[in-house]
Amino acid sequence: MHPALQGLITIVIGISGCVGYFYFSNQFIDKVLFPPRGENAGRNINRANMIRPWLFLLPALLALGLYLAYPVYETLRLSLTERSTLPDGTTAYAFVGLDNYGQMMREPKFWEALRNNAMWLLVVPALSTAFGLLAAQLTDRIKWGAAAKSMIFMPMAISFVGAAVIFKLVYDARPVTQDQIGALNAIYLALGGTEPQTWLTIPIWNNFFLMAVLVWIQTGFAMVILSAALRGIPEGTIEAAIVDGANPFQLFFKIKVPQIKGTIMVVWTTITIVVLKVFDIVFAMTNGQWETQVLANYMFDKLFRANDWGVGSASAMVIMLLVTPILVWNVRNARKEMK
Amino acid sequence: MTHTEPFEGTRGQRIFLTATTPPEFTLDNYKNVLLDPSNSEGMAKAFFNTLTVTIPATIIPILIAAFAAYALAWMEFPGRALLIATIVGLLVVPLQLALIPLLKFHNEIGIGKGYLGTWMAHTGFGLPLAIYLLRNYMVGLPRDIIENAKVDGASDFQIFVKIILPLSFPALASFAIFQFLWTWNDLLVALVFLIDSTGETTVMTKQIVELLGTRGGNWEILATSAFVSIAVPLMVFFTMQKYLVRGLLAGSVK
Repeated sequence: MHPALQGLITIVIGISGCVGYFYFSNQFIDKVLFPPRGENAGRNINRANMIRPWLFLLPALLALGLYLAYPVYETLRLSLTERSTLPDGTTAYAFVGLDNYGQMMREPKFWEALRNNAMWLLVVPALSTAFGLLAAQLTDRIKWGAAAKSMIFMPMAISFVGAAVIFKLVYDARPVTQDQIGALNAIYLALGGTEPQTWLTIPIWNNFFLMAVLVWIQTGFAMVILSAALRGIPEGTIEAAIVDGANPFQLFFKIKVPQIKGTIMVVWTTITIVVLKVFDIVFAMTNGQWETQVLANYMFDKLFRANDWGVGSASAMVIMLLVTPILVWNVRNARKEMK
Repeated sequence: MTHTEPFEGTRGQRIFLTATTPPEFTLDNYKNVLLDPSNSEGMAKAFFNTLTVTIPATIIPILIAAFAAYALAWMEFPGRALLIATIVGLLVVPLQLALIPLLKFHNEIGIGKGYLGTWMAHTGFGLPLAIYLLRNYMVGLPRDIIENAKVDGASDFQIFVKIILPLSFPALASFAIFQFLWTWNDLLVALVFLIDSTGETTVMTKQIVELLGTRGGNWEILATSAFVSIAVPLMVFFTMQKYLVRGLLAGSVK
């Protein structure tokens, strides 16, 4: 069957299944199980109202449980087991405790990935937030600000892979006898460099060239959120500061920034999570060569190239562990807000 | 992975080529990449595969999430606050954790690698944001409308379909754009759950990564292919920017 047709059928089945499920389950409760009439009308209405929320939630809970909650548990379990193929062709799982973690710790590639992830964590959220804040402030009061914002925001729509192609072109190197088509080398030679550099193969620095891609993408996100926050600052505080003789820098750093600190934190943590999961950019541009490995790509390597589920799961757990503080912080904030 | 034996023999000669004809403007690259059926590196098939992944993976989570969001916003039941907190927590659970367990699960129930598993995976991964966004929006709808409808004898199902869904259109649109962009641009989920060794179900992002490896120097092919994959999200971006911004503002955990 043609996949497009299959897709169409899935949409129809999926949607009519969903709608049908919700409609008929509600009908069933109201008409058959607990009809709101007869001698038990009041009791029936109460019972129906107790069950109904769970009818609405059931498909979502099933999907969330199966596709997000269960994997957390299962990954933890797999990270403590070793998978092996028995002579008769079946796979066996044996509990090995923390062996996978130990094996991972002995691999230099893991430490390289961890080190690089740490650098990504320091650089990307900071730069994206800073550039975003700058862009939000600068585009606020000018006529072509909306157009500029649009352009800065645009990379959000582009895939990491597409962005990787764009930046590979920027970093491209041709022999010195030819015209450079990579912008960075062209600039480098124009500024007096003698030999075109293959930027992505220079250890340590190549990490920063990869980070530039994510900064380019995330700056727009930071700008949009921070720009809305800047607009939300009460005019009174700004006017008062101007009357008191604050200069634009003081106005920005001492009046505006402190008032949007909460939003800055939100932007920072959101980008941090993106950074922890970064995979496509490294996979497409260097695939972890020349000391640019990151955790998510390391994990992919272990899973699908080395076919080692144990160590792969262990490295996934490391990513989960790094995300956990933000998870806790988010949940606490959400609970506070609901009260 | 170093080889134990030393490298023997000589390296091949390096050849540099300088073109003598100047570059010219042409649409031939697009013709080559999109319309030539004999070109196995072409994007035509990958384009339709991407579309096949994207559309069901965008529509199905919206519906499921909308019902759940309504229950979380407007129905009273024990454990509601806990459930909302759980969903906020699931928002940040890394996709990476789900790869092995779900691949194993898909193999066990017999769907293996394919569209169905990919749609289900995208649905599962998209749901926390969808529920969170939609609940936040629905909570803000005026209480009067809903209570009046209840007094007039409307059931929850009727209220949801006739009142809540139409009123929530902006939030639904916001999430639809997010999910569309995310599934269209995705590489990891497609690599793990969709693309098998035959390569029949390859998507555009994967195709571009392949080209980066094999055609690293042929920028005319790479750039054309990348632009084909970027064009659709850009169109969506420029026509629906308003909803995208609105969704971002509502979706970042405050």
